[in-house]
Amino acid sequence: MLSLKMALRSIGANKMRAGLTMLGIIIGVLALVVLVSLVNSTTDSITSEVSSLGSSLLTVMVQDDHGAPVSLDDIQKWIDDEPSIAAISPFASDNAKGKYQRNNEDFTVYGVTGDYCAINGQKLVQGRYINLADLNNNSRVCVLDETAAKDLIGFTDCVGEEISLEGVKFKVIGVIKAEDSIASFFTSSLNAYIPYTSLVRLSTDTGTDLTTLYVGPADGYTVAQAEEALKTMLLERFDNDEDAFRLSSVNIIEEAMNKVNSALTVLLGSIAAISLIVGGIGIMNIMLVTVTERTREIGIRKAIGASHGTILVQFLIEAVMLCMMGCGLGIFFSWAILQIVSIITIDTSLSFHLQANVVMWSVLFCFLIGVIFGLYPANKAAKMKPIDALHYGG
Amino acid sequence: MIELRDVSKVYKIGEERVRALDHANLHVYPHEFVSIIGPSGSGKSTLMNIIGCLDTADDGQYLLDGTPIDDYSENELAQIRSRKIGFVFQSFNLIAKLSAEENVELPLIYQRVRKGERSRRVKEALERVGLENRAKHLPTELSGGQQQRVAIARALVTRPSLILADEPTGNLDSHTSSEILGIFKELHEQGNTIVLITHDNDIARQAKRIVHILDGRLTEVTG
Repeated sequence: MLSLKMALRSIGANKMRAGLTMLGIIIGVLALVVLVSLVNSTTDSITSEVSSLGSSLLTVMVQDDHGAPVSLDDIQKWIDDEPSIAAISPFASDNAKGKYQRNNEDFTVYGVTGDYCAINGQKLVQGRYINLADLNNNSRVCVLDETAAKDLIGFTDCVGEEISLEGVKFKVIGVIKAEDSIASFFTSSLNAYIPYTSLVRLSTDTGTDLTTLYVGPADGYTVAQAEEALKTMLLERFDNDEDAFRLSSVNIIEEAMNKVNSALTVLLGSIAAISLIVGGIGIMNIMLVTVTERTREIGIRKAIGASHGTILVQFLIEAVMLCMMGCGLGIFFSWAILQIVSIITIDTSLSFHLQANVVMWSVLFCFLIGVIFGLYPANKAAKMKPIDALHYGG
Repeated sequence: MIELRDVSKVYKIGEERVRALDHANLHVYPHEFVSIIGPSGSGKSTLMNIIGCLDTADDGQYLLDGTPIDDYSENELAQIRSRKIGFVFQSFNLIAKLSAEENVELPLIYQRVRKGERSRRVKEALERVGLENRAKHLPTELSGGQQQRVAIARALVTRPSLILADEPTGNLDSHTSSEILGIFKELHEQGNTIVLITHDNDIARQAKRIVHILDGRLTEVTG
């Protein structure tokens, strides 16, 4: 307690200098807390929007079919047999050149079944979706999303128009609402959905063996229950080989967002950490000056009985206290800035707030910096010989 | 109390070896008031550093209260200083940021004396030097004589075996000097052991016993 008071008084004796020294730490903490909070708040709200789109989604990737490839009939049987599963759609995609009259566009063509619409929460705005008959007859029909319809055909009311994909004519049977902007963020090509069987004919990469399945749980069942049932079924089919397939219930977009988020957090965090280290060097510098200035005081203290440890602790506390005061001010300013940003962006769905774990990390980091950069000057002070120190400067 | 047996200390200044203390022998008994007199460069400061446990001898033996002070670590020396020796310096050496009271309290803090006991002893020490109503003042707000009295109180407060004063009146006018010397005499009468180091004959004469130092050698002067 007493040493805290003493440290406070030494800092207070030179307020201007202490303030300037702390500035490095204040800016470092400000950068760390504000940047990381901004990134986290932004991605939080994006992720929550994304997850509202369809995280009740289960995907199955068959990696080794043990000679028993999954067919369209199999998935129909699974839907019928398993009460917790309402819908299964195979999924495959390929790139294709889309053409309408004289318009050319790059397309991603998805081979799916009628269930895909419901599983992925697609909303039909025009016409109908792919049905069982389309699938059985390998019909050359396609469903476009609004963006694709607008870009290729020029209008969304385009049911009945004919387009060609890789030179094969397809009839537009339906138009779905454009996917949320997040999805289109990842790809620049337009989307067309055709019966899986038609894609098999169109694309050389897609075979009749289904390797990727999208599964939608039935009403009243959770994703976890459906996943469990599916797993039991698949294990039975693939000789209890856990490595034969991969089941995941995480939204792909959400996963990608999380990756982006953590990458950004690490990046910004390290930039802020560097500025904190620079601030720490400033503290070390000033502490060295302080130690030299107070050589005589150290000599007096030692002459009247202060031990090595007492002096070390005294200067160390001073350095740590400088750091922590800077840290506290930095957190306060960050809070103020985030409040202002929140007020400015009040109309948007984004909300910015101080994140407890970031604050915790910055406090911890500042403390460590205080100790690390305070140790050398403090030790220098503590190692002074009392006679040398007493005779310093007179 | 203090026993120096053939104590030598050699400093190297460049290539030259300076013998600051040359087989010095000194015996100070409890409750004695001894002054050590010598011109500058005579080895006074070295002697004071060794007696005050600020430095150790190269050769010979130094016993303080019967304990040999020899090959101690920095920290052990700090401990001994803290418990046995009260310093009074020429330039007062008070800590400018701390009030009179806090300066006096500092050695007790280093000895980890408890709060209540501390303030009682600080008050007592300040009363003894007649500064009880200046307790809250900073050193800069006190006159030279008052500062030196605070320093004496700081030396007293730990109840040391020995009060070691190095030119305590060197920075004071003659009137204040005699005041300070009066305090030392009083302290001596109250049973404290005092070693006073000076270059001034008049001041040295205030002590019961005078020891002369010249070129690192000590000679007893009986007065």
